[in-house]
Amino acid sequence: MSLISSLKIFSPSSLNTTQNALSVVSSRANSWWSHVEMGPPDPILGVTEAFKRDTNPKKMNLGVGAYRDDSGKPFILPAVKMAEAEIAKKNMDKEYSPISGSPEFCKATINLALGEDNEWTKNGLNATVQGISGTGSLRIGTAFLSAFFPGGKDLYMPTPTWGNHVPLAKHAGLGVKQYRYYDPKTCGFDFHGALQDIAKIPERSMILLHACAHNPTGVDPKPEQWAEMSKVIKEKKLFPFFDMAYQGFASGDIDKDAAPVRMFLKDGHQIALSQSYAKNMGLYGERAGAFSLICSSKEEAAATMSQLKIIIRPMYSNPPVTGARIATEILTNPSLRSQWLKDVKGMADRIISMRQLLRSNLAKEGSSRDWAHITDQIGMFCFTGMTPPQVEKLTKDFSVYLTKDGRISVAGITSKNVEYLAHAIHQVTK
Amino acid sequence: ERAPPIEVFALNKAYVEDTFPQKVNLGVGAYRTDEGKPWVLPVVRHMEQKLAADETLNKEYLPVLGYEPLASAATRMLLGSDSASLKEGRATGIQCLSGTGALRVGAEFLAHIGKHSIVYSSNPTWGNHSLVFLNAGFTSYRSYRYWDAAKKALDFDGLMEDLRNAPENSVIILHACAHNPTGVDPTQDQWRQIADLIEERRLFPFFDSAYQGFASGDLDRDAWAVRYFDSRGFEMVCAQSFAKNFGLYNERVGNLTFVAKDRSVIEPVRSQITLLVRANYSNPPNHGARIVGTVLNDPVLTEQWKSHIKTMADRIISMRLGLRERLEKLETPGTWNHITDQIGMFSFTGLGPLAVDKLIADHHIYLLKGGRINMCGLNTGNIDYVAKCIHEVVTTTQEASL
Repeated sequence: MSLISSLKIFSPSSLNTTQNALSVVSSRANSWWSHVEMGPPDPILGVTEAFKRDTNPKKMNLGVGAYRDDSGKPFILPAVKMAEAEIAKKNMDKEYSPISGSPEFCKATINLALGEDNEWTKNGLNATVQGISGTGSLRIGTAFLSAFFPGGKDLYMPTPTWGNHVPLAKHAGLGVKQYRYYDPKTCGFDFHGALQDIAKIPERSMILLHACAHNPTGVDPKPEQWAEMSKVIKEKKLFPFFDMAYQGFASGDIDKDAAPVRMFLKDGHQIALSQSYAKNMGLYGERAGAFSLICSSKEEAAATMSQLKIIIRPMYSNPPVTGARIATEILTNPSLRSQWLKDVKGMADRIISMRQLLRSNLAKEGSSRDWAHITDQIGMFCFTGMTPPQVEKLTKDFSVYLTKDGRISVAGITSKNVEYLAHAIHQVTK
Repeated sequence: ERAPPIEVFALNKAYVEDTFPQKVNLGVGAYRTDEGKPWVLPVVRHMEQKLAADETLNKEYLPVLGYEPLASAATRMLLGSDSASLKEGRATGIQCLSGTGALRVGAEFLAHIGKHSIVYSSNPTWGNHSLVFLNAGFTSYRSYRYWDAAKKALDFDGLMEDLRNAPENSVIILHACAHNPTGVDPTQDQWRQIADLIEERRLFPFFDSAYQGFASGDLDRDAWAVRYFDSRGFEMVCAQSFAKNFGLYNERVGNLTFVAKDRSVIEPVRSQITLLVRANYSNPPNHGARIVGTVLNDPVLTEQWKSHIKTMADRIISMRLGLRERLEKLETPGTWNHITDQIGMFSFTGLGPLAVDKLIADHHIYLLKGGRINMCGLNTGNIDYVAKCIHEVVTTTQEASL
């Protein structure tokens, strides 16, 4: 007990100190929690924290995946502001939502994904529930699959995938396996690797697919490649679970971005689908999303719906309403809907033009590297192909903050800082 | 396979579909005005207008553990600003998805990190307690006796015996005030004895506080039990809901208060809870948090809010008085003082299943199978009808005596 032996003078005050020291030691010993270790630091949060501490006026935060406008500010969509004004007029109450969220929200959301007039919703084949944005919807989906999927309980994910997919699936009780996806040599889609690996997946397994704007690489299969994948997945009797977090945000066109999901349904797959309004409506903190199962009959849809509710109730009883009300208002009000389509195209266009500017500025800098992937990739993120040492140098020498894997959030680029970024990237990669 | 419908929602559905003009909904636990309408608190409306006009606000993600002004104010509201644990940095708050979400996060932490596997709640208790804890990773859900049906009061001896027999490390769910569904709370002296026993048997207290302020109309009074445990130096968690006391049912505003013996465990605990939240829903919703967080940190708005709570609590208390008076006047068989002895939104009437069925089928008065009624469903417009019908079913039903 070094605390006590270090105290040599036993005056009343030091005795007090001894007692305090003893009580600190014994309170830890009596605590239920003294064994609890610090969890690993969140890599993306770490990037933002370091960015905040940096005093370089030219610093850039290319870590967090939230959209920024050309002044580098968070963007509240005009359609959202208009929807909020409409909702305020209605003086709605604060009564509990149904466990599965409002039916209006769920219908509008699945119809956004599948098309307004789609045959699946029309025939009542979907079981759709509101979830806590994309994460919460994935959580409901993985919990359902863990309890009810009749085949193997491993969820096959692309390499790489969103950092949270793995802990989330494991937490729900699923195993996690991989299939090849990103080709670091081309900074593009490893189509043949993916097909080979998918063909090796045991029959009746679950496969996770990013519908568009793959996170973190920005690499999406081409339509004809999706068609091939659909074929193999069908042959191998695999169950497709789509994560669609960027519908509209990727290409600017909601139908184009949802095409793989619709293709798979047309090809006869039954699917699971997670949707998020965080990015495409900028509703990040309001947590609006949905999970759907497309079933083979109305009865199946009703049965699965009842089980989904049983999963939700012990999680948080019923979902938060504000984000869902905004989304519903936008999607069901024709003038707001067309405003939203403009807003989301605006965001997508800005990102696409930043990609173009970055690439052209790199060429202007005299870079001899092939940067085609910057414009080939799509969505918020770009896998630059930079190595960890290059990333470190970029941060240390130029105050450009990004994750170790070389991923940048294109949303963090503006017309004012793109030249600086190109210069910096060229310096560390030449 | 299709799952059985969840009782309280099925009941509500049946009520909504009933076309009987004098129907009464004594089922779902939400406040109603004397006109039988939901009530959005004026301070909430005011805040929403203020938030809408504030150009500096955006919709960015909250931190994983939530909106800090809300979490710290909620923990302070619970423990009181005199709390030693608060002053010593041994207490922390984490924004969660209302009371259910706070119970779930707390339960997952206790199961996965604390390695607790056995949980007790009262018999009866809120229907969702067992599901939350079992889904969170607990392997055994057990009950401690609570409701004495014969006396229509707390079965204190049964409670103490059951807790005495609980294995060490068991988590004990305690309703902080306004027990759901019975409305029966332990006295202060009983709470002291419960605390002694929990300490002696090395059990872990998990408070469920869904009605602070809403029960008596006084925030401090309703927090007495939690604060008593805190003053005794317990490590504990408490799930807090702002659904009822702020009327923010569908915004899902809640807080998980965590009290430790030593401040050095707070950061590790928070970091582990961060991982759990990330794997469940990433971060909590913003809108409701801003409302509550702003009000609780503004003395003027807080006073306004307190007056709303008092309005709601007072109306409920007057309905309790009114129902008891009428039943006693009608000389309905049995004793009815439990209606005013009980506190909060709910009353365990003591009505048996046959009487309940009759109330629903014959009189279009909707209540849960166990005889729980929501006092908020009563108002000056229907209290005579309800008293009359209770009298009718009690006098015409052969059931275990009340």
